[in-house]
Amino acid sequence: MKGRTISPGKAEGEAIVSPEPIGFYGGIDINTGIVIEKGHPLEGRCVTGKILVFPCGKGSTVGSYVIYGLKKNDVAPAGIINKETETIVATGVILAGIPCIDKIEIEKIKDGNKIFLDADKGIVEIK
Amino acid sequence: MERLFRLLVRLGEIYNADSMIPVGSVQVAGVSYKSIGDPGMEFLEDIASKGAKVKVLTYLNPAGMDLENWKKLGFPEDFAKNQLRIINAFKKMGIVVTSTCTPYLAGNLPRFREHIAWSESSAVSFSNSVIGARTNREGGPSALAAAICGVTPNYGLHLWENRQPNVKIKVNFNLNYNSDFGALGWYVGKQVKNKIPYFTGIKDANTDQLKALGAAMAASGAVALYHVEGITPEADNVKKEGLETISVGKKEIKETYDKLNTGKKPDIVIFGCPHASLREISLLADKLEGKHLKRPVWICTSRMVKEAAERMGYNEIIAKAGGSIVADTCMVVSPIEKMGYKTTGVNSGKAANYLPGFCKQEVCFANIDDLVEAQL
Repeated sequence: MKGRTISPGKAEGEAIVSPEPIGFYGGIDINTGIVIEKGHPLEGRCVTGKILVFPCGKGSTVGSYVIYGLKKNDVAPAGIINKETETIVATGVILAGIPCIDKIEIEKIKDGNKIFLDADKGIVEIK
Repeated sequence: MERLFRLLVRLGEIYNADSMIPVGSVQVAGVSYKSIGDPGMEFLEDIASKGAKVKVLTYLNPAGMDLENWKKLGFPEDFAKNQLRIINAFKKMGIVVTSTCTPYLAGNLPRFREHIAWSESSAVSFSNSVIGARTNREGGPSALAAAICGVTPNYGLHLWENRQPNVKIKVNFNLNYNSDFGALGWYVGKQVKNKIPYFTGIKDANTDQLKALGAAMAASGAVALYHVEGITPEADNVKKEGLETISVGKKEIKETYDKLNTGKKPDIVIFGCPHASLREISLLADKLEGKHLKRPVWICTSRMVKEAAERMGYNEIIAKAGGSIVADTCMVVSPIEKMGYKTTGVNSGKAANYLPGFCKQEVCFANIDDLVEAQL
C-alpha cells in the first residue's frame, strides 16, 4: 500500500492496531509505552517496538511531547501508520524521528501482522 | 532555531500549504513537568540556551503547580524544582509566563479572522469557534516554532474553505448547568471525532458555557472548530445544507453523565477546567459564603483572574469556607494522584475525560450545586 510520508525512515515490526483514535497525552504512559486510557481498545497493551496503526490522533495537543518523550525514553513504537495524521502526531513523529505515513487503508492491517514500513517512499508491506 | 523552522516547513509540505503566514499571537502547550517529563524539559532548555526569542505575544498553557503557592498547597518539592526549570526556559525565550488555558481571559485576545498559532485544545476551540480567529490545533513544539519564527504554514483552519461544518448536531433539550454543556460536548466529541459540528437548538450560551462545550469536544474527540446557530460569529456564513444530522436529547446526556461517573464520593472537588472566569469564581463565592467545607474544594484559574477575584473579596470568602483558589495550574496537569486523592469531583467534561487515565482518579461528574453539596 502506498501513502504519504509524514516522517521519513524505515521500520519493521508487529502491527498493533487500534480501530479508535489515540490521544497520546493521558493515553500512553511516557515511561513505559503502555496504553493507559480507560476503555480504549488497546488499554493495557504496550506499543514499544511495534508498528502502531490507528485512524487519527485525538485529544490534547501535548501529545507531540509524549511521542517525543516515548522516543527519548526508548519505549516508542518503531513506526506509525494512520488513515489521517493530524498536526499533533505529525509534530511528534518529526521531532522524535519516528517513521510515519498516512493515507493508508488501515482496515487491511490486522493486529499481529508483520509489517515493513518504508516511510521514505511512503510504502507499507504486510508480510 | 533552524530545527524549529524546518519543522514548520515540513508541516507545510505535508499539508500542502502555499505559503507561510504571519501569526498575531501564540499559545504554547506542553508546560507541565508531569506532561512533558525530562525529555520535554531538556528540549526546551536546549532551545532557550541557544538564545531563541519569540517574535510575537506568546502565552503559556497551565503548569503542573501553582507557581507561587505550591508549597502551601502540598505540591512535592522535586516536582516543583523541575517545573520551575521549565518555566525559566520559557521566560528566557521571552514568553509571558502566564500559564493558562484561557489566554483570552487573561490579556491575549485575538481578533476575528486573525491568524494565530495556539495549542491548548480548548483554547484552540474557543479562539476558532467563539472568537472566529484562525488556528490549527498546534502541537506544543509546532506552536513554539511559530512563536520563534513569527509565522505558521497556511493550511487547514487558516483557510475559509476548511472551516465549513461537516456534521449537524440537533440539540433537543434545555441546557442549564455548565456541566450540561460539558456532557453535550463529551458526547458529541466521541461521535464526530475530528469533524466540524454545526449546532442547532442551543437557545443561549455564555462564554463560560461555550468554553465548557468546546473543551469537552476537544478532549473526547479532536474538534478544533464548531459553529452554533445564532451564537458563534461564522455560523451565518458557513455552508450547512445537506449535512448528516445527529440528534442529542435528554437520554444521551443522562447516559453521558452516568458514563463519566466512575466514583462515589469525591475526596476533592476541583472547578476551573478550563480555567475559571471571574463570573464562575463569583458564583462559587456566592455558594460558599458562610459555609464550612469538610473536604477540599479547589478552583483553578489564571493568575490575572485570581488577582481580580482577590480585589472583589471572593478569594477570602472561598478561603474562609475552606476552599482554595489555585492559579497557573489545573487538576489534569498537576500530580494530584501523588497528593493522596483517589476520587475527584468535577463539572467539566474535559476533566472527566482525562482524570481517570492521567491522574488515576475515579470521577464524580456533576453540576456545581451537587458538587458543593457533596463537600459540606
